[in-house]
Amino acid sequence: MSWISFSSVELQAVTLSLWVAMVSVILSLPAAIAVAHLLARKQFWGHSFLNALVHLPLVLPPVVTGYVLLVAFGRKGIFGPVLEAFGLQLAFTSAGAALAAAVMAFPLIVRSIRLAIEAVDPELEEAASTLGASPLFIFFYVTLPLILPGILAGSVVGFAKALGEFGATITFVSNIPGETQTIASAIYSLLQVPGREFSVLRMIGVSIFLSFGALIISEFLARKMVRR
Amino acid sequence: MTVKLDIKLQRNKFLLNVKLKAPPGVTVIFGPSGSGKTTLLRVISGLETATQGDVSIDGVNLLGVPPHRRAVGYVFQEPRLFPHLNVLGNLKFPQRMSRGFGLQSLGEVIDLLELEPLLHCYPNVLSGGEAQRIALGRALVSNPKCLCLDEPLSALDQALKERILPYLERLKDKIQIPILYVTHDAAEMARLADNIVLMRNGSNVLSGLVDDVLSDPTAVPFLGVRSAGTVVSARVMPRDPISGLAVVSFAGGKLFLPELLQQEGSIIRIRIPAQDIILALRKPKEISALNILSGQISRIHQGQGPGVMVQFKVGKTLFLARLTQYSATRMDLKKGQNIFAIIKVSAFDPAGIGT
Repeated sequence: MSWISFSSVELQAVTLSLWVAMVSVILSLPAAIAVAHLLARKQFWGHSFLNALVHLPLVLPPVVTGYVLLVAFGRKGIFGPVLEAFGLQLAFTSAGAALAAAVMAFPLIVRSIRLAIEAVDPELEEAASTLGASPLFIFFYVTLPLILPGILAGSVVGFAKALGEFGATITFVSNIPGETQTIASAIYSLLQVPGREFSVLRMIGVSIFLSFGALIISEFLARKMVRR
Repeated sequence: MTVKLDIKLQRNKFLLNVKLKAPPGVTVIFGPSGSGKTTLLRVISGLETATQGDVSIDGVNLLGVPPHRRAVGYVFQEPRLFPHLNVLGNLKFPQRMSRGFGLQSLGEVIDLLELEPLLHCYPNVLSGGEAQRIALGRALVSNPKCLCLDEPLSALDQALKERILPYLERLKDKIQIPILYVTHDAAEMARLADNIVLMRNGSNVLSGLVDDVLSDPTAVPFLGVRSAGTVVSARVMPRDPISGLAVVSFAGGKLFLPELLQQEGSIIRIRIPAQDIILALRKPKEISALNILSGQISRIHQGQGPGVMVQFKVGKTLFLARLTQYSATRMDLKKGQNIFAIIKVSAFDPAGIGT
């Protein structure tokens, strides 16, 4: 067996991580765009509260975020019975891992999109309204196309964040190989066992490759946005 | 279609208080910066809310109606083209919202403004003048019931202005809607205006037909002495064979002009600045100036400064001349007196000559 070939557990961890990161970004995008638009363009009571709430996972210890998720969405948590009624279980499942990753990536995605929206000249939206465009039409045909690079950049950063999420994930969904074990938690487990250095190295290599790629793509998109 | 408004808008210490009527044709809103010209247009287009009073087009009240349902086209000082769309995309943008009235077709607009060669360019490669022409075209494609132009040429240099003004003059003959045109450039006003509204400190101090306002000496303080001057409608005549100069005839006589671009037989508007006219009691001889008109003083207006505005009539046409008070006293000018007006050929600014 060559040192470069992946074991099935390792492969499962890699595919699960990719799945979790993808699902978490796709699920949080609509909400992130809405929240970013709200924060960038609207003045309302509770503006700074919403802003702080969105950014909370960025500054809280991830373990705390994971625990809060457990209290909220665990089987005996606040929303547990509701979820169970719909046949949904989040704690200790891969869906829960996606939720944890989404919550952690959300502030980064919102931030990137918000910056993009703030870079759109409100005067363009004003001009569109004098041409007969309703606010909804303006959003979809003026604002959205202009912030597309920002949305993509935010998604990439969010994807990278979700890929590397550890603290909240392991607290909320534990570390079950093949079920909730992501690259990060796999590395953590492998480090506990002597003689698994090559395994650890392979996972670390994959991590570096994915994160580095995500950052380069994000940088490329950001530069493209500036050029407009 | 006629725009009628009678509005009040209080913002901090500034009060906009305007009552006016803009019939089809160009109504130029003229005034110094800070007089509320732009705010007035924003009220009409619905971009400025919190207004009291009435804004209506053809009797349909617009107050409280959001901008996108007002059908008021707006061309801003900057073109505000959508950077993610090419020129054609920008022009077609209003077409996606089908406004169901008096279609001004896309093709007509492209022809009128000569946009064909630009259609596939993106806004970032356009010159200021091109971009503004497209902004104008885009506003026209939206089939507005009224068009607001907010100093559309102010960001352009004189040469570019010269190239866009003919488009505006053509547009004005072509569409029968009220066009509200904000400017602080007297030459632009003289070339485009059918009606003039003079603004000062948030109120319209004087309004009326272009000839009436510009020949009214009491309007001078609001126009600024350098902007004062009448507009004469004249027909282009055959070139003078001896001097080679262009000749135009107006109701009252003939004028020699430097080079003219307009064709023989066409009617043009010539702005004659009040400060460029010299008055004499006897017909001057042995003088270099070629335009010597015989007229009669119809009004003398004493301003607050050192100047006097003398309104005189040559045939049926009114002129304004600005003299110093000293000259007027020395010459003992009176209403009804016959005088000779002297205008240098080179006094005609080509920027003040339009169709």
